[in-house]
Amino acid sequence: MILGFPLFPEQASTMAGRVDALFYFLLGVAAFFASLIFFLVVFFAVKYRRRSEDERPKPITGHLGLEVFWTAVPLGLTLVMFVWGALLFFDTYNPPLNAVEINVVAKQWMWKVQHPEGQREINELHVPVGRPVKLMMTSEDVIHDFFVPAFRVKKDVLPERYSTLWFEATKPGEYHLFCSQYCGTQHSGMVGRIVVMEPAEYVRWLGGGATEVSMTEAGEKLFQRLGCSTCHRPDGTGQGPSLVGLFGKPVQLAGGKSVTADEDYIRESIVDPRAKITAGYRPVMPIFKGLISEDGILQIMAYIKSLKREERTQAPK
Amino acid sequence: MSKAEAVRAHQFDDSGQQHEASWIGMWVFLATEIMFFGGMFMGYILYRSLYPAAFANASNHLDVWLGGINTAVLICSSFTMASAVHSAAAGKRRTLVSCLLLTMALGLVFLGIKFSEYYVKFVEHLVPGISFVYEQRFAGPAEIFFSFYFAMTGMHALHMIIGIGLLTYLVVNSLRGRFSPSYHTPVEMIGLYWHFVDIVWIFLFPLLYLVGRHL
Amino acid sequence: MNGQPVARREHYLNVSYGVKSWLFTTDHKRIAWLYLVSVTFFFFIGGLFATLIRLELLTPQGDLVQAETYNKLFTMHGVTMIFFFLIPSIPAVLGNFLIPMMIGARDLAFPRLNLASWYIYILGGLFTLAAAAAGGVDTGWTFYTPYSSIYSNTNVALTVVGVFITGFSSILTGLNFVVTIHKMRAPGMTWFRLPLFVWSHYATSIIFILGTPVLAISLALVAVERLLNLGIFDPARGGDPLLFQHLFWFYSHPAVYIMILPGMGVISELIPCFSRKRVFGYEFVAFSSVAIAVIGFLVWGHHMFVSGQSVYAGMVFSLLSFLVAIPSAIKVFNWTATLYKGSISYDAPMLYALGFIGLFTIGGLTGLFLATLGIDIHVHDTYFVIAHFHYIMVGSAVMAYLGGIHFWWPKMTGRMYSEGWARLAALIIFIGFNLTFFPQFVLGYLGMPRRYHVYPPEFQVLNVMSSAGASILAVGYVLPLVYMIWSLRYGAVAGKNPWRATGLEWETPSPPPTDNFEVTPLVTEEAYAYDAIEPEAAYAGRPAHV
Repeated sequence: MILGFPLFPEQASTMAGRVDALFYFLLGVAAFFASLIFFLVVFFAVKYRRRSEDERPKPITGHLGLEVFWTAVPLGLTLVMFVWGALLFFDTYNPPLNAVEINVVAKQWMWKVQHPEGQREINELHVPVGRPVKLMMTSEDVIHDFFVPAFRVKKDVLPERYSTLWFEATKPGEYHLFCSQYCGTQHSGMVGRIVVMEPAEYVRWLGGGATEVSMTEAGEKLFQRLGCSTCHRPDGTGQGPSLVGLFGKPVQLAGGKSVTADEDYIRESIVDPRAKITAGYRPVMPIFKGLISEDGILQIMAYIKSLKREERTQAPK
Repeated sequence: MSKAEAVRAHQFDDSGQQHEASWIGMWVFLATEIMFFGGMFMGYILYRSLYPAAFANASNHLDVWLGGINTAVLICSSFTMASAVHSAAAGKRRTLVSCLLLTMALGLVFLGIKFSEYYVKFVEHLVPGISFVYEQRFAGPAEIFFSFYFAMTGMHALHMIIGIGLLTYLVVNSLRGRFSPSYHTPVEMIGLYWHFVDIVWIFLFPLLYLVGRHL
Repeated sequence: MNGQPVARREHYLNVSYGVKSWLFTTDHKRIAWLYLVSVTFFFFIGGLFATLIRLELLTPQGDLVQAETYNKLFTMHGVTMIFFFLIPSIPAVLGNFLIPMMIGARDLAFPRLNLASWYIYILGGLFTLAAAAAGGVDTGWTFYTPYSSIYSNTNVALTVVGVFITGFSSILTGLNFVVTIHKMRAPGMTWFRLPLFVWSHYATSIIFILGTPVLAISLALVAVERLLNLGIFDPARGGDPLLFQHLFWFYSHPAVYIMILPGMGVISELIPCFSRKRVFGYEFVAFSSVAIAVIGFLVWGHHMFVSGQSVYAGMVFSLLSFLVAIPSAIKVFNWTATLYKGSISYDAPMLYALGFIGLFTIGGLTGLFLATLGIDIHVHDTYFVIAHFHYIMVGSAVMAYLGGIHFWWPKMTGRMYSEGWARLAALIIFIGFNLTFFPQFVLGYLGMPRRYHVYPPEFQVLNVMSSAGASILAVGYVLPLVYMIWSLRYGAVAGKNPWRATGLEWETPSPPPTDNFEVTPLVTEEAYAYDAIEPEAAYAGRPAHV
């Protein structure tokens, strides 16, 4: 703050301080070089101002040592910036394993949020302080971008695929949420707020309002209502492969290739099942494109992920 | 006054400089064409690597025999074009004109076959944006394949049409006696252009027609 | 027109009169004027859009224009300024006029192609103006899919066709410059005796030639997708919207070097002239231009760090982006070192050049913030980016353009402009520019996204500062229009070398004859041989007020 005027947004996440620190470093280097150049230019322009038309300045044409020096120093400084920035980038986009996953569906021009416990929000996201939160995001139409200045984090949100970002809020409060990828007429209206609450308050908030069905339960209901359970039996006796323990594991495809069963793979298997056929199975799965919303897909995803956990809890100790 | 001096443009000091300038100019232009087609090639390569099965399936709808004949036609036309340049350098006007006309004829054969292929695709409902029907399994990526097929071969055909226009200009000027052993730069330059258009097809043919085919 | 009561000397302006003599000219100097008038027109159109944008942003609410209109304003501002002003400005005006003269040639290698380039530019401009008249386009100048290819219901196809056509103007100009510089140099004009202006235009031409065709194909695919309802970039049909971003930025990143390298070339002419010293580190500056052009092709992914591109690709692009900054830094240091122990005068062109050094330094340094992965995540798509690129494109490129126009004005017209007004305008522009764009760095870090029609109230103070600065900047830009046109009739008559500058262009009369040189020059000196100039002989012909 300068004279009560904010120059920086609040630091409200674990990454914010690190981003600001790197920013200060760059600011220092930039201020140093900008001042140096400004000073030299003004100083030379004044000190060596023309006093007579007959002046003939010394023919200085260059200095190899100087050239090497002012190439090497910036190179060294920029390499420091690169390494520091790359490490920060890697951490910013690598969520911790214990992050709670919240789903976000963007559409022109609103943010739809669903918590795993089932709580839904529009243009708002309530999170507890001190817990890492991972957002699984997709768009129903064009490219959007989920941006929270106070957390120093943003990621483009794309149609037909998932992108993720994570943060751990450190300060209770309300913070701006902006869409920051131009997405049409009401792009600047696609804003919201992130509400960070103390853990106890968050639990109360989750439990408040109408009783919501958790994402996993909603997903299971959809799974059965749409007939998925007919072919995808847990014991693998159906026409489709069993989905128990599937998530995150490699899948052998017909034709020899192997892919990892991540979120994008599962989503594609629902909307375009013919794209990748599991080895040993026939391509008879109906195409569910247009029959399930993005929210529904995310719920089924949560259910399928839970099948993994179920297997673990059932395993004998 | 030699014919060479008569055609020297005022900004050049001598005909050697003019010829070299034209030569560099045409090669630079071809570099821009490589980048232009290159963009489409990059897009095609991306989608082919994403959807290999769909692209193979779609590619099999193309008539590899017609495509092969067209390839042979173009290679021959490059030969006749090179002969034309050779004739111009040797001062043989009649041979020059014949070679140019032959090149044009082969080019027209190519275009005729190409457009007949397009017509067949139209009848088979394989023209994206106008009439496209495909089995559900591969519909999206197949449409992308055909979009690239029409965009790339269409852009190539456009270059061929322009090339034939340029050859017409050469024929007219050859008949007027404008070219000689000491000045036949336009023939050489348009020859370079024609060879380039041929080479683009040499890349297009296997990429589009020969996906997943076995002998 | 030359209203002097002396025997009329024939030169390129009075050798023939009438509209046809201008519209069918093949003289590179006249073609430069055709471009000068056209780019000035588009500059003020783009400036009009900017004015409306800054007026709207005075208040947090959207009270001047509707959201859809605002989106069209920033799109049209970007398209007009980038494709129809910045990219052609220095190369097509000053490059066309000066390159043949600087190398001792009578004209470019392909004069008719040069004229064709202008007509192509105008044709493209007409398409884009037609799109504006038909209701505009609202995709942003970056035309990201699938918004531009599927969702927008504005004149996308018309606009991209206009840009596609104009791209060929650039390509042919680049081709012309490359061949000219290779083949038409006067005897004795070796590569390392070339003015650095020529080096920088050579580097720019490489980018014109290799980059622009890729933009052409990217936009053509968007147009075709829209018109024929294809699915090349439609994710619902298997398309990849990120493919568009890669293809688009493959050109549009090098494009920014198209916009700055010629300006750097101008600065490399102004600094030695007004310090009366050779450029410090000539070879380093020359090679830096080429290095910027080459490395500039390898960094496009730094526009896509948050797009979903792989983390590892991001790291490669970040590293290369730092590398491309180094040659620019080398140039700044060399220009500054040229001032050391020079003999420095404060003519308007020099004021622009000195301003350029300062503002380009800030612009370039803030680019480092964007190249830094960890910071870019926060400032990407905010006003920080807008401030950065306006420091380069307006604070640097436009200042270099104005500096060049002032410097070569006596050569082009045979008249001197009013030095007093010119210095005042330079100062107003410098102050107005900084007031407009420096607050935007702060706005960006605070989190104000770009392309926002309405914004949270806490951002208002900085926005008001920015708009206030813009009003000052506008005054600064209108002034030269007035006094330059005034000078055409009433300006002091200029001799052949009023600045006592080195360079072949200054050895011809002002204005030059159509064929530039009576006799092809023979070059025996290095570039910027200011130490070899005899003060007495060169003093003659210098205007009284300097």
